[in-house]
Amino acid sequence: MSANHSPRTLSQRAAWTATLVAATLVFVFLMAPILAIVPLSFSSGAYLTYPLPGLSLRWYEDFLSSPRWMLSLKNSAIIGVASAVLSMILGTLAALGMVQWKSKWKPLILAVVLSPMVVPVVITAVGVYFFFAPLGLTGNFLGLILVHTALATPFVFITVSATLQGFDMTLARAAASLGAPPLLTFRKVILPLILPGLASGALFAFATSFDEVVTVLFLAGPDQRTLPREMFSGIRENISPTITAVAVVLTVISIGLLTVIELLRRRNEKLKGNMA
Amino acid sequence: MTAAFVAGAEMPLKRRLKRAERARQFRALGLVAPLLLFLMFTFVVPIAGMIWRSVDDWEVPQVMPHTVAALSSWNGQGLPGETAYAALAGDLQAARAAGTIGIAAKRLNYVVNGFRTVLTSTARNLKTAPEPGTAKDTLIGINPAWGEHATWTAIKSASGPVTSYYLLAAVDLTRDADGAIVASPDDQAIYLDLFGRTFAIGLGVTTLCLVLGFPVAYLLANLPTAQSNLLMIFVLLPFWTSLLVRTCAWIVILQSEGIVNGSLQWLGLIDEPLRLIYNRFGVYMAMTHVLLPFMILPLYSVMRSISPAYMRAAASLGAPPATAFFRIYLPQTIPGIGAGCLLVFILAIGYYITPALVGGAADQMISAFIAFYTTETVNWGLASALGAVLLLSTLVLAAVYGKLALGRQNTGGLKN
Repeated sequence: MSANHSPRTLSQRAAWTATLVAATLVFVFLMAPILAIVPLSFSSGAYLTYPLPGLSLRWYEDFLSSPRWMLSLKNSAIIGVASAVLSMILGTLAALGMVQWKSKWKPLILAVVLSPMVVPVVITAVGVYFFFAPLGLTGNFLGLILVHTALATPFVFITVSATLQGFDMTLARAAASLGAPPLLTFRKVILPLILPGLASGALFAFATSFDEVVTVLFLAGPDQRTLPREMFSGIRENISPTITAVAVVLTVISIGLLTVIELLRRRNEKLKGNMA
Repeated sequence: MTAAFVAGAEMPLKRRLKRAERARQFRALGLVAPLLLFLMFTFVVPIAGMIWRSVDDWEVPQVMPHTVAALSSWNGQGLPGETAYAALAGDLQAARAAGTIGIAAKRLNYVVNGFRTVLTSTARNLKTAPEPGTAKDTLIGINPAWGEHATWTAIKSASGPVTSYYLLAAVDLTRDADGAIVASPDDQAIYLDLFGRTFAIGLGVTTLCLVLGFPVAYLLANLPTAQSNLLMIFVLLPFWTSLLVRTCAWIVILQSEGIVNGSLQWLGLIDEPLRLIYNRFGVYMAMTHVLLPFMILPLYSVMRSISPAYMRAAASLGAPPATAFFRIYLPQTIPGIGAGCLLVFILAIGYYITPALVGGAADQMISAFIAFYTTETVNWGLASALGAVLLLSTLVLAAVYGKLALGRQNTGGLKN
């Protein structure tokens, strides 16, 4: 369907130009925050205004030498990795089960599995806060990891399900007919083929947790404050240039995650193309 | 002989296949079960608990059990009998000793403003248990409110086990002394406005996203793949950037010493900085920015599947480009528009962080109030009731979205 647009008449060309202009403006709008904040983080001055008085790395030094920011980075990493691992296991198993399962209840179960993505986070946060507080699951890592896993699992489930949809189940049957027990079939045949989907699911889960702040606001004690949580209070009080440096670090991490996921997606598509 | 052999073998084979299939289904269910159990514990039960809190009327029955028991036989006419007064006196003394009077006082104060004082002052002045038969006179002597019918209907209305008070309050309704549903007094009737504001902001953001997203999706869908993949980065990168990073950036851009105001002043277009943030404008800017990819991606995936042959056919039949666009192209994008708008609207009405950071006091949406009643004023009943209404609206819209998406074989691009 590529290059299907070949404007012939004058009015068609005018419409196409208008689309181009409008889209370009929207692209500028979409990129504006990132473009605005990156140079500011390298400013040598303490004010968030242009023109910059000079360039320096002092706000990055400030970030790296602040025990508060470093603790929050560590907390985010712990919670992010733990929820990614947990949601990858739960989400993958469920996706594997759902492709094989035939039942009239399937749409309902599917709705339950996907609902953490739809329900406003503040409702999840309040409900979990009421439920976890008497169980001693507030103000510690376990509670946060559990909630973030619940919020992230739908993304793993969707990603792995999409991979499985392109997966040729006859391969698994072939393995079984050659005498492989189910677990061996999974390890030797299914797993290597769905691994890219699994990996991008886990990255999605990590990104979800790494960016989540609402449940952290409700459940975290002072020792579990995550990077977004510190940013939230920082933005509330007074935006210091250090926050712009943190923002750039976070953006670089996002770009890294996005790149890996995109590469995995392309690899998966290529695999699918080869099998078809 | 052969026939018998085949028939004999066929039955077990059929049964064996059936059994194998059943085992397979069982195993499949076993794979889904861990996630379901996990979500039960971390998601479904907590939210069900929250909804239960919106009707749970536990305070008065827990603090004043004897009064509640005594009032169960009261027909609501006139004043209750001496037994109820004696039970109240006993409950108040016990509650004062246990330090739980505040719990019931808070709940009753929702029903009648000023009830807190009545209850606490009565408990304070009730030094000793009244002589048998004198409870009524003693209590009315301490506070004449105990001789009023409204005081007792208030206690009865809060006697549980469930109440419609919070859910009614969430939609600006209340019950009068006779139990009939009436409009809340003006100073408490703020929630319909709040829902109206939430939906208005959601609708505004959805419209902006559609207007801005449509040309982008159209461009991406009609460019050669290599170019559209490249431009897609401009959509996906902001999508992947942390919500807080983007919110923070909008404040930097829009604040009074920010980039926009600085440039406009430098150009001499304005003398005073414009107020662009901590108001509705800032909320629209930041939320549209955050939600725009959710509009572009489903629109794009639908537009991508529209064959250019239709437009060519329309042109060859003599339709002017504008007619062809509105009559042929636009109708085919409706599923994408529907999915994108629903998705953006669903996400927008639940937003909390962005309005909290870039909005003023008059721009806070329903989520902010749910958080406020949960952590600040600790009115969990009302927080839960507002949450229940928001949840219901979201689930209804999500069900519609699900129907739409299912109808299109799941082409509506979520993050995958």
